[in-house]
Amino acid sequence: MTAEQLNKTEKMTGAKIFLECLRKEGVDKIFGYPGGVILHIYDELYKCDYIKHYLVRHEQAAVHAAEGYARITGKPGVVLVTSGPGACNTITGIANAYYDSYPLVVFTGQVDSKLIGNDAFQESDIVGITRTCCKHNYLVKNISDLPRVIKESFHIARTGKPGPVVVSLPKDVLTSKMDFEYPDKISLPGYNPTYEGHPIQCRRALKVMCEAQRPVIISGGGVIHSEAWREIRELAKQLNIPVATTLMGIGTYPQGDELSLGMLGMHGNYWANLAVSNCDVLFAVGTRFNDRITGCLKRFCKDAQVIHVDIDPCSISKNVHVDIPIVGDAKNVLNVMINEFKTGKYSYNVEMRKIWVKQIDSWKEKKVIRAVESMAMSPQSVIEHIYNKTKDKKAIIATEVGQHQMWTAQLYKFTQPRQLITSGGLGTMGFGFPAAIGAQIAAPDRLVFNIAGDGSIQMNIQELMTCVDYKIPVKIAVINNGYLGMVRQWQEKLFDKHYSQTHISSPDYVKLAEAYGVLGIRITKDEEIDSALDRAIAYNGPVIMDFVVEPFEMVYPWVLAGKPLNEVILSNSESGLGE
Amino acid sequence: MKHTISILVKNEAGILSSVCDLFSTRGYNIESLTVAATIDSVYSRITIVTTGDDVVIEQICKQLNRLINTIKVVELPKSAEKCIDRELILCKVSAKDDVRSEILRISEIFGAKIIDVSPDTYTLEYSGDNRQVMAIIALLRPLGIKEIVRSGMVAITRENQFINLNK
Repeated sequence: MTAEQLNKTEKMTGAKIFLECLRKEGVDKIFGYPGGVILHIYDELYKCDYIKHYLVRHEQAAVHAAEGYARITGKPGVVLVTSGPGACNTITGIANAYYDSYPLVVFTGQVDSKLIGNDAFQESDIVGITRTCCKHNYLVKNISDLPRVIKESFHIARTGKPGPVVVSLPKDVLTSKMDFEYPDKISLPGYNPTYEGHPIQCRRALKVMCEAQRPVIISGGGVIHSEAWREIRELAKQLNIPVATTLMGIGTYPQGDELSLGMLGMHGNYWANLAVSNCDVLFAVGTRFNDRITGCLKRFCKDAQVIHVDIDPCSISKNVHVDIPIVGDAKNVLNVMINEFKTGKYSYNVEMRKIWVKQIDSWKEKKVIRAVESMAMSPQSVIEHIYNKTKDKKAIIATEVGQHQMWTAQLYKFTQPRQLITSGGLGTMGFGFPAAIGAQIAAPDRLVFNIAGDGSIQMNIQELMTCVDYKIPVKIAVINNGYLGMVRQWQEKLFDKHYSQTHISSPDYVKLAEAYGVLGIRITKDEEIDSALDRAIAYNGPVIMDFVVEPFEMVYPWVLAGKPLNEVILSNSESGLGE
Repeated sequence: MKHTISILVKNEAGILSSVCDLFSTRGYNIESLTVAATIDSVYSRITIVTTGDDVVIEQICKQLNRLINTIKVVELPKSAEKCIDRELILCKVSAKDDVRSEILRISEIFGAKIIDVSPDTYTLEYSGDNRQVMAIIALLRPLGIKEIVRSGMVAITRENQFINLNK
């Protein structure tokens, strides 16, 4: 009997309907962890041949893995956990996806609806808890709402500005029965994302960009969501405008291209920050002007005209005053501008652009000075080696959060979108490893690296077992400096070297690897790096590499929090505390 | 500066929390809030009076609009020519012999109703715009207000302006 026939002839339980809905949405992989009230779904899963479930070791990791999956595929990642602690453990993952705008649908079990509000065993008000950290959420009170809610959840997660949607499923909804029919239409009168930018605004923007003497483009994470990287490249080339990316926008413009400024912001390139500080027109696409890229708001682009393209009207003029707002999908807006330029009605002063590019090139001469000269391995050189070994392999690089993350963003020359997976908005340590697992599941044939710190990796290291179970060959490179390096860096500069609670010890990663049944390699000298990487890449399985590096290296360039973007520290000898 | 925002929402559990959470998480003030079903009970109207400069109000309206269950968000015009606002108050005033007649006089001037009488108190029902409400309270206060209950502001646009489903 086909599923279609089944639909019409037999009443189904909510649990079965749940899986049928996932099938209709094209879901074939989910990340989860079973528990009491969600058991009816797991019982159906036992008989289900069209969905592969990945059992993690902690619910937080399930959500991060689903986000890693979403970042590679562009499709919503799906999570299934139980009520109470299972649901609560997903919060960090949900918040992370919300801040970085990646689509997830997180299904959490809930106690029987008659018990809700009674403080029942493993009850938590997940709808209340997640209200401010997800795009939308639902408590399904009646089985008749279940198909509609699931359909709406996937729709909301992946459209507009993408984000996580949480669905709380009480046990009795899963056990009661009804005829299954999946709705084909969605009615959400309060939800109408704007996709088409206003054509007059687009033309105005183009005119201003052509007239500009010192224009800069900022390409943010929204360019990835909208899959507009080809368009941003085309427009930049047409108008000959340099492009800086945010952390989330890395890969939307190829590093190494003559117009590429690389990353801007707190640890962005000196010249990128100076270019943005000195521009007269800023064209920002798909970024919400986070404080990490603006520095002191009052002095950010204070003499420039700002054009801002974003699908979310809330992002416009929230932090930075915008002169020409364009609400719409980046791809559509950029295409309108590209086609408009092709009409030949617009032109720019080529000589002026040359002077501007030359000016930026002169800033490139100012180099970062390494903080420490020592015999120990430098963390930056480890990342450069990883880049050299993986650059021709279309590798996916997932990072945790901290110094290693910034060094990766600076030194790994990303050329493709969806190549760097990193927690930008929330800054979640422990994100990278499970996200790398999700990415590897989404792209089984690609090489996936997790560049981690010794602090971060210990936040979700239990997922090594998940890698072993499902033969997920993620290569973990622990940049092990014995400190929570980024916090230590702040303490060194701003707190009189009071290293309060930032020295952090690690287990013997090689023995740990052995205990989990993965390959462990310790690397302490520069000359061992290449052979270790070769061995790890060739090894058919998960690997943990322990790079024991110089502890007192610093991430430069560095714009101290709250300082304007052009006050950049490039070495230990500069205080950066300025006037 | 006071602003009145009228929000049409789906009449579902949790929507009021979403609206209130938005104000608290983003640090906006709520001066008053009223909510009740519209003529179509599928939808409710929330009227919020809040304070902030124009940039803040614009951001509040955008954030409210972003909520999936809000159908329409409108900042009502401040001019009385375009918009009518009213608040209902119930006010229990100490009615000793020497002030009883004064209370009645004030009540008559404003067109308020006495809805409950006891040997020691009068309870007045009054509705008016913000200025009128503040005026009657100011006059009653010296006479001894024992308790006051205010509905919070509701408002409607004049003539041919509607805030309904077509977003």
